[in-house]
Amino acid sequence: MSAAAPDTAVRTASLTRILIYCALILFAFYYLLPLYVMLVNSVKPLDEIRQGDMLSLPQQFTLDPWFSAWSTAQIGVQPTGLKPYFLNSILMVVPAVAASTLLGALNGYVLTKWRFPGDNLVFTLMLLSCFIPFQIVLIPMAKVLGLLGIAGTTWGLSLVHAIYGIGFTTLFFRNYYEAFPTELVRAAMIDGASFFQIFRRILLPSSGPIIVVTVIWQFTNIWNDFLFGVSFADSYSLPMTVALNNLVSSSTGVKEYNVHFAGAILAALPTLIVYVVSGRYFVRGLMAGAVKG
Amino acid sequence: MPFLEIKSLEKRFGNVDVLKGIDLAIEEGGFLVLVGPSGCGKSTLLNTIAGLETITAGEIHINGRKVNDLHPSERDIAMVFQSYALYPNMTVAQNIAFGMEIKGVPKPERDKAVNDVSETLQIKHLLDRKPSQLSGGQRQRVAMGRALVRRPLVFLFDEPLSNLDAKLRVDMRTEIKRLHQSMKTTIVYVTHDQIEAMTLASRIAVLKDGILQQFGTPAEIYNHPSNMFVADFMGSPAMNLIPASVEANGHGLRLSMPQRSGDPLTLALPEGAGRIAKHAGGNVIFGIRPEALTDPDGADRNSAGVVLSECQIEVVEPAGSDTFAVTHLGGKQVVARLRADARVAAGSRMKLAFNLDKAVFFDPGTQLRIA
Repeated sequence: MSAAAPDTAVRTASLTRILIYCALILFAFYYLLPLYVMLVNSVKPLDEIRQGDMLSLPQQFTLDPWFSAWSTAQIGVQPTGLKPYFLNSILMVVPAVAASTLLGALNGYVLTKWRFPGDNLVFTLMLLSCFIPFQIVLIPMAKVLGLLGIAGTTWGLSLVHAIYGIGFTTLFFRNYYEAFPTELVRAAMIDGASFFQIFRRILLPSSGPIIVVTVIWQFTNIWNDFLFGVSFADSYSLPMTVALNNLVSSSTGVKEYNVHFAGAILAALPTLIVYVVSGRYFVRGLMAGAVKG
Repeated sequence: MPFLEIKSLEKRFGNVDVLKGIDLAIEEGGFLVLVGPSGCGKSTLLNTIAGLETITAGEIHINGRKVNDLHPSERDIAMVFQSYALYPNMTVAQNIAFGMEIKGVPKPERDKAVNDVSETLQIKHLLDRKPSQLSGGQRQRVAMGRALVRRPLVFLFDEPLSNLDAKLRVDMRTEIKRLHQSMKTTIVYVTHDQIEAMTLASRIAVLKDGILQQFGTPAEIYNHPSNMFVADFMGSPAMNLIPASVEANGHGLRLSMPQRSGDPLTLALPEGAGRIAKHAGGNVIFGIRPEALTDPDGADRNSAGVVLSECQIEVVEPAGSDTFAVTHLGGKQVVARLRADARVAAGSRMKLAFNLDKAVFFDPGTQLRIA
C-alpha cells in the first residue's frame, strides 16, 4: 500500500464534510425563512407590505405593530391587544405544568420503587392515556368542569391540561427512575426516611435533567394548545392561541398583516425562550430516557 | 440464647421458592458469612433480615426480639450495599449523618458522631466531598461509616468488596476483620467469594437454590463438607472429587480408580475406615483436596494415612508459591499441589502422596458425605 491511500481517505472525508455543511446550511436557511418573513414584516408599516414584496427589508422601521398587537389591537369585540390573553396563558400554563410534573414524578417513583401487584397494568393504562385524542374527551370533560363549577375559567383549563399531561410526565419519570439505583432507596429506608422524605431528599435532587425535559414538553404543549382553549374557556379566560386566532381571522375592518405577524411572534416567544434556554437538556434527557427505558 | 436467630424462614416470589426453610443462629459478636453461587438466595436472605423483603413464613429474632413485622429502620440494623448506595446529592458528612437527621438528632450531636466515625475510618479529609469525587475504596469506607454511626445491633454487608479491584479487596477485607475484632459487633456478610468467607467468618452458611447446605465454622466447612456441593464450592483450587470403587481384599479395603492408560490406581485404605466398609463392592466419590495430594517430600510427616502411588502427570502449572500438577483419575482431571521446587515434568510418571487422613467420601447417588 502506498501513502496515497490515507491521503485519498482524508480528501474524501473533507469533501463529505463540505457536502454535509452545504445541506445543513440550506436546511437552516429553509427553516429560518418563515421567521425572517415574520420578523421583517412585523416592523414595516402596512403600506409597505401592500406593495407586495414580503422578503424585502423594511424601508421605514416601526415598532407600532408590536405595541398594537400587545395592547390595542381588536380581539373579538374588545380592543385590548393580546396582553390579557398572554397573562391568561401564563396563569393556565404555570399551575398545569407544575402539577403534572410533580404528579408524574410521584407516579414514576411509586411505579419503580414501590412496586405493587398490577403496577405494570396501571402503567400501561397511563401510557394509553397519551394516545387518547383530544376530541374524544371534550364532552365528558365539559361535563366534569361544569360539575366542579370551574367551566369557562383559567383554573378549569389548567386542570384539564394537568390531567391530560400526567400520562406523559409519568412515562418520562418512570423511565428515568427505572434506572435510578434501588439500593439508594433501600439505604434511605434503613436510615428511617419516610415515603415522602425519600422522594424529596433522595430522588428529586437527582432528577434535574428529567424535570427540565418534562417542563419543556409540558410547557410547549400546553402553551400551544388550541382545542381545549377554544372549547373550555369563556371570552375572558381565552388563552393566547385562541386570542391570536381571533386577532388574525377577524372579519371586520382592514387586515393589519404587520400586527398579525407581531402577534404571532409574541405568541410563540415563550416556547422559543424555553427552548433556547434549556434545549440541550431536552435532547440529552430524551436520549437518556430512550436508551435506559 | 443466640443473638440473631432465623427459624424455618421461607420466601416465595409468586410461584418461585427462593428460600426453603432456613435455620440459622449466631451468637453476639459473631461473624456470619452467607456464601453460595449467584441465585442461591443469599442476598434475599440478607434483605429479609434487614426487612427490605417481607418473609412468607418463619421467624427472625434479633437480640431476643421478633422483628418479622418491623420496618427496617426499627430493627436496629445497618447495611452496607454492594454499590455503596451513597446519596449522590449529599456530601460525605451529610451521607453519614442522614439517618440521625431523619431521627431528629440535634446538629452538634450529629457532628460529633460523624467526627468520631470518620476518625475511626480515616475519612476525615473527605467529609466535604460528594460521592462522585471519591475513589472506590473511599466510597467503601464512607458506606461503612454510614453503617457504623448508627451503632446497630447487627451489621449487614451485601457483597461489599465485589466492586473493588483485587488488591484493594484484600486490604479492605483485612480492615473489615480488624474493625470487627475491635468493635465486637455481630455481622452478617454476603459474598460469593469463598476465600472472603473463609478468612472473615466465625460461622459460614453455604446456600444453594434456597436450601442451607451446611452451617458451621470455616474449619468444619472446609475439612468436613456435608455434601459434594460444599466440597466443590469451598476451596481454591477446588477439591478433587474422583469416582472410585471400593474393593475388599481379605485383610482390608482399597480404592480403585481407572487411569487413562495401564492398570487402575489402587490405594489401600487405613484401618478403621469403618463407614466405608458398607460400600465395599460399590462405588463412592473420593474427595481429596489438592494440598492433601502432593509430592512425597512435601507430604505431612505426622500423618499416618499417607499412601504413595505413581501417577501420569499431564500438565504442570507453576504458581510461584506452589506448583500444581494435573493428572487424570477415574475419568476426572485431578489437581495435586506440590512444593514450588518439586521436580516434575509434564508427560512423565511421578510418585504422589495421598493423605487419606484428609480424604472424604461421598455417596455418588445422594451426594452426601459418608465418611
